Amino acid sequence: MKKWLMMLVTVMIGFIVLAGCSNDDAASGDGKVEITYGFWDKKQVPAIDEIIKSFNEKYPDIKVKTEITPYGQYFQKLETAATGSALPDVMWMNGAHVNQYADGKVILPLTDLAKKDNYSLDNYPESLIELYTVNEDIYGIPKDLDTTGLWYNKKIFDEAGVPYPDDTWDWDKLKEVAKKLTNKEKGIWGYAALMGNQGGYYDFIWQNGGYIISEDGKSVGFDQPEAIEALKYNVSFIEEGLSPTQAQMTETAASELFSSGKIAMMFDGPWMVPEYKKNPDVDVAVVPKGKQRAVAIHGLANVIAANTKHKDAAWKFVQFLGSKEAAEIFAATGTVIPAYNGTQDAWKQAVPTINLQAFIDGIEYSVPLPSVKSTGEIWQYEIDVLKKAWSEEVSVEDAVKELTKKANESLSNE
Amino acid sequence: MKGIPQQAEVKANTKVKVSNLANTRKRSDYFWAYLMIAPTMLGLMIFYLWPILQTFYYSFTEWGAFGQYEWTGLDNYKRMFEDSNLIKSFKNTGIYIIFTVPIGIFLSILVAVLLNQKIKGKSVYRTLYFLPVITMPAAIAMVWKWLYNSDYGLLNYLLSLIGIKGPQWVSDPKIALYSLIAVAIWSGIGYNMVIFLSGLQGIPRTYYEAAEMDGAGPIRVFFKITLPLLSPVIFFVSIMSLIGAFQVFDLIFMMIGKSSTALENTQSIVYLFYQHAFVLNDKGYAAAIAVLLLIVILIITAIQFVLQKKWVHYD
Repeated sequence: MKKWLMMLVTVMIGFIVLAGCSNDDAASGDGKVEITYGFWDKKQVPAIDEIIKSFNEKYPDIKVKTEITPYGQYFQKLETAATGSALPDVMWMNGAHVNQYADGKVILPLTDLAKKDNYSLDNYPESLIELYTVNEDIYGIPKDLDTTGLWYNKKIFDEAGVPYPDDTWDWDKLKEVAKKLTNKEKGIWGYAALMGNQGGYYDFIWQNGGYIISEDGKSVGFDQPEAIEALKYNVSFIEEGLSPTQAQMTETAASELFSSGKIAMMFDGPWMVPEYKKNPDVDVAVVPKGKQRAVAIHGLANVIAANTKHKDAAWKFVQFLGSKEAAEIFAATGTVIPAYNGTQDAWKQAVPTINLQAFIDGIEYSVPLPSVKSTGEIWQYEIDVLKKAWSEEVSVEDAVKELTKKANESLSNE
Repeated sequence: MKGIPQQAEVKANTKVKVSNLANTRKRSDYFWAYLMIAPTMLGLMIFYLWPILQTFYYSFTEWGAFGQYEWTGLDNYKRMFEDSNLIKSFKNTGIYIIFTVPIGIFLSILVAVLLNQKIKGKSVYRTLYFLPVITMPAAIAMVWKWLYNSDYGLLNYLLSLIGIKGPQWVSDPKIALYSLIAVAIWSGIGYNMVIFLSGLQGIPRTYYEAAEMDGAGPIRVFFKITLPLLSPVIFFVSIMSLIGAFQVFDLIFMMIGKSSTALENTQSIVYLFYQHAFVLNDKGYAAAIAVLLLIVILIITAIQFVLQKKWVHYD
């Protein structure tokens, strides 16, 4: 009998423990609701905490729980969570994934909610609203934006007696200066020809008059002459020894080489400001022009899960995240350029030692990152195929042939 | 005449009673035994057997976004024959296995035999060899990545001191796989060494004493006594290392960058599985790769079990 009692008790305890795991439901009494906010950037935690605090002054009954997942796993986790209906109520979204999520009916269209509350979308740059509009519906409220600038190391320029980059620069000038600044003995490269699409070959392709995805969304433009020329221009820096090789840049990140003064110039985004401002020799200018001026623009948005249990609370929070007040908090911390029109100046003043105006100037002639349902797949093919051109294994012409074939296949499967 | 059968009846009765008692006793023993193994069995069923069956099922499907899938029959398996990446990843995994398993076993036996001697600081050495086992694979990969860095790594710096320009250890497609193999062998020695040590200590001393009296030298003793008596342990270790080597992933994931030029020449079967399942969201094909890997491991393990009759001594 005693044994049976013991057994029973053990089993009971087991059940209680198991039940305890699944019993943290959101309804925590007193009419309070709890919503979760999923995002990936640890650097923005202080700003987000502050925003939640002022949100709670207005809505004390909505508790916001944050959930950080590193970028590397963020979308894998969302995908699994979406399959199991366990998405955070409110979460960050980027342009590469919004089509896929909107199409899969995983995130909530906000058009009707915005209309009902008279929420104006005119407060954000048009290119970003365009980015988050899928089939005439808006799915995300823009949170921040980023363009690309030409970062440079003033010390290397001074030592070589070369004037700093400005808005008159074009492709030829960039190459010419890269040649002057490359110093094999000191281990200094003039330019880092990164293999990245945003702030890399996409920008060059647009500057040269090319396109990434055709208007009808059925084919990619990598094999067009303008694109080939732009990609070749990129690779030529490596061929001529003005840039670290692809192998060197995968072993040691170019941003690290730049921070430690081994690279004179490179393209990078405003998200690197907190890192690069540690080096007093570093400044930034607008990217050089090709046949025309162009720079990629991208921005994150806050979206709501389609199956959220607290739709109203989530929408209130998203509205607040998109408000001028929240934008000003982001601006003051200097981490990202807030998307709310007119708050960008405050961001610029957060780090007065660097010419952050260069990023804001770019907005004017910016091109939104192309976004289709299979963007993720195409990006993977770009990495797989273009790296062979970057490491000079195959010619640019052969690489774009393979890439175009694979990418067009994904587009036709959509 | 009545008395005797009665007696017999009584005897038979007691017999029945006894065997009944034994039966209930046995049954209750079984009951407890099953109850005790139930948690593990349940765990195995829920977390291993069920996913395996599901993977098998999914290998016949094609996946869209967010968990929608459709039955496509043998399409995924047909696709494998045309997938040059899959063939390459089998080749990479094959090379990885051919080097890590035999060299790893050889070195761990060597270390185990040496550390089974009466030498000073034996436990210090044992600890040192075992340290990589308790270190996180991610940490190991990070440290080796630094050592291997072609411009700023310690390895190439040391080579430069004697006037050699070191290669790009993890970026050169011809070398990268062997650099990984070296790390894998290094980090695997400790674990196998401990198993071999316990095997060595299970060999009765009397054999050695007899061999000594017969005048056998240490090398002969090693090959005629130590090695045959250690063969069951060697068999066990070779099966486990082979299965482990087939599933290599973390080293490659951590040490070879996603945009590295050496990726094609280093990616293993499991890496390709990961790529299809989680990067390209092609979960049906990924499941097919997993099933193929399972079958290959089963076949090779079965071959090992057949071959072991020829070289493993169980006495």
